Amino acid sequence: MKTLLRPAADWELANIISDAAARRLPLELIGAGTKRAMGRPVQSAAEITLKGMLGIMLYEPNELVMSARAGCTVAEVEQQLASRGQMLPFEPVDLGPLLGLDAGQGTIGAVFATNLSGARRVYSGAARDHLLGVKAVTGHGEMVRSGGRVMKNVTGYDVARGMTGSWGTLAALTEVTFKVVPRPEATATIAIFGLPDEIAIEVLCKAMSTPYEITGAAHIQQGPASRLWSSAIRRGGKAATVMRLEAPSKSIAYRAEKLRQLFKAYGELHVIDTQPSLEFWQEMRMMTVMQGSTHPLWRISTSPKLGPAVVAAIARYTPVEAVYDWSGGLVWVEVPMSADAGATDIRRVIALHGGHATLVRADAAVRNSVDCFHPLDPGVERLTRRLKSTFDPAGILNPGRMYATM
Amino acid sequence: MTHIALPEPDHATIARRSDIVAGLSAAIGADRVISDEDGRRAYETDALTAYRRMPLAVVLPRSTEEVASVLRYCNREGIKVIPRGAGTSLAGGALPAEDAVVVCVTKLNRVIDIDYENRTARVETGITNLAISAAVSERGYFYAPDPSSQLACTLAGNIAMNSGGAHCLKYGVTTNNVLGVRMVLMDGEIVEIGGPHLDAPGYDLLALIVGSEGQFGIVTEATVRILRSAEGARPMLMGFPSAESAGAAVSAIIGAGIIPVAIEYMDKPAIHVCESFSKAGYPMDVEALLIIEVEGSEIEIADLLERIVAITKPFNPQSVKISQSAAESARIWRGRKSAFGALGRISEYYCMDGTIPLGRLPEVLGRISEICALQQLRVANIFHAGDGNLHPLILYDANDPDQSSKAEIAGAEILKLCVEVGGCLTGEHGVGIEKRDLMRVQFSDKDLALQMSIKTMFDPQWLLNPAKVFPLDGRPPIAAAAA
Repeated sequence: MKTLLRPAADWELANIISDAAARRLPLELIGAGTKRAMGRPVQSAAEITLKGMLGIMLYEPNELVMSARAGCTVAEVEQQLASRGQMLPFEPVDLGPLLGLDAGQGTIGAVFATNLSGARRVYSGAARDHLLGVKAVTGHGEMVRSGGRVMKNVTGYDVARGMTGSWGTLAALTEVTFKVVPRPEATATIAIFGLPDEIAIEVLCKAMSTPYEITGAAHIQQGPASRLWSSAIRRGGKAATVMRLEAPSKSIAYRAEKLRQLFKAYGELHVIDTQPSLEFWQEMRMMTVMQGSTHPLWRISTSPKLGPAVVAAIARYTPVEAVYDWSGGLVWVEVPMSADAGATDIRRVIALHGGHATLVRADAAVRNSVDCFHPLDPGVERLTRRLKSTFDPAGILNPGRMYATM
Repeated sequence: MTHIALPEPDHATIARRSDIVAGLSAAIGADRVISDEDGRRAYETDALTAYRRMPLAVVLPRSTEEVASVLRYCNREGIKVIPRGAGTSLAGGALPAEDAVVVCVTKLNRVIDIDYENRTARVETGITNLAISAAVSERGYFYAPDPSSQLACTLAGNIAMNSGGAHCLKYGVTTNNVLGVRMVLMDGEIVEIGGPHLDAPGYDLLALIVGSEGQFGIVTEATVRILRSAEGARPMLMGFPSAESAGAAVSAIIGAGIIPVAIEYMDKPAIHVCESFSKAGYPMDVEALLIIEVEGSEIEIADLLERIVAITKPFNPQSVKISQSAAESARIWRGRKSAFGALGRISEYYCMDGTIPLGRLPEVLGRISEICALQQLRVANIFHAGDGNLHPLILYDANDPDQSSKAEIAGAEILKLCVEVGGCLTGEHGVGIEKRDLMRVQFSDKDLALQMSIKTMFDPQWLLNPAKVFPLDGRPPIAAAAA
């Protein structure tokens, strides 16, 4: 049984980490642990949860900024924002349900530590793009801060952003300050049904190249589409190609009509209203169509237009089900169980097309034996290794979580 | 204006100058090396012109491999390198040193590939900011960050300083628009980071590289996002009787859920200077002017402007003028974008670049007036109100050493004030040499030590742009030796 530590103050955490660093004692660093079943399992004697770091420290709706301590749940943050008609700009995916846990448990610190972004990323940027500042404790046990609470800040290196997506292997984020945006007045989803992948991505890339500010551009293959809860998009088990508009109602009507003109040759365009649209995009956020299965699930990032080619190439080796987001640039791919969860085949395909693949769901034995995070090019790997030892010279923060030997 | 200490150059290196020129010529060819005095003089300063240092030599590489050859040579010989784009840094980011070689990337200016479907462009970084937009404008696209110097400044410099612009409220700054880079490290190794996909694997090295002020490596190619232009855009001018009312109006617009593509603020002295220079049609009798621009179709623009007018009514704008034509819109923006030039015609000025929380604007402007009055100097303020980036322009007489030093004192006080109210020293110009010695106002020694350890990680000998960003004292031993 691991020792479980739940510091509430930054200095407590700093003491724990500096003590562990002195003794070279590996620590597993988590928020609520909703993404613990992703990545390599960490071998450690002690586990630190940041769930005890509570409190929204600053919220200025008129300046579009919030500071929250790392242990606040995303649900709590979003509730606060909603009370003032605002939201997170990057719509973080909730990986909990995909990994067999309840929804809404994840912490805001972990969102930035893992750079979790959802459908809106293609329009407005990722979590990392909206981070303004952090307080953190490094692997030295030092309390540091970087960035601040203002939108524009180039004072010194962008260390705050540099810590995003590092999965607690560089530092423990204890407080995050980020940009928020107003909730749109209305939402609509334009859907075309039954398109093959390649045509669907062509439509989505074209849509993203219009001035109509598409804030979500996804394509769900027939198989997963038949598992949608949303009856507005689950049309007789046909593949669904969807584009989201978020704007004042007048603008939505105008833009929907423009899109209808533009894409009428591709099939009938269905315009779905605000409420059913919100329900559907909430499903996308939790990737409901991939829930309930224990089959390996991959998250592939590639050039948007190459998404279908990547999926077709994987399909030559193994049966595959895919959901495309970010107009094809992000592909969720489920493959059958196998000794390596399809890693060899998928990475061979990626090597040919460019991009990277992360194993999101697989049992612990597989995650121990394959690289869950995409292997790095030698030059980048050297820099990665040096950065890790700059932040955490004793190698005690989540050792092996991202890369086996780091 | 020469208060900032520059390190004593290494005279042994300077004594080897002819050997070094020969070494550089052997590395990439004599035609790429500028060694004569007149040629070098063109590179002795940047847009912080009060500081000048003649470099050992200047090289103009034409490929990534040539950059690598130069860096490999300099690394082996222990020679400092100053990376340079167009030299438009207002912070002295490209200021040379007498014992350093300037590596200028302006000959690396090709567009390598434009991929409209993926909405990305691959370019060499010596290309100017505006040339990227020009290369894709024919198809209705643009590159979003738009610093005022965009006609001249290079993408390389934008990456080094994480440059912003007037429209970043909606579109973000450089770091939000760069997806991948090809970078040469000081030892000559070439690394590819990121690429045409929306997120790079592993650590966010790009986040560290963008804004590293040329201290980590030389970025020679980049993949940037290109965006489809809006159907149309239209600015509106609103004049207010006070900073309070203008600031409150901005808060109310954003609080109501409208994010205009740009909200620019000018105070009375700035309005007068710009109007007399550019005849943009700014109201002369107001204390504060907002330029608010919205985008979209005709219907959307009309709708948004109407709502903004309604929202701001309680703050009693003295004048409201919506642009009626493309020509008028261009005039309105020309007035704002030529502010620095216009001011430069009437006086020398020292341009500051702090960021503040919007809610503190009236207080900060009041205290800026006091700070400048104390030094008997005049000041004009330009403010990217949407994102809190404040540019106080302190007017002074460059021929009067007393006024010069007073301007520097006032500038430092203003930046300390920005930090005090919760903001930062620099929003978009960078630290360079200019704000180097103020870094401790914003950061603890531990914060700075972490940043410097990242510098050491990329450039173990501290040869790249070493005299910048961090105070000269308190550096790690290797850095102290290099500086």
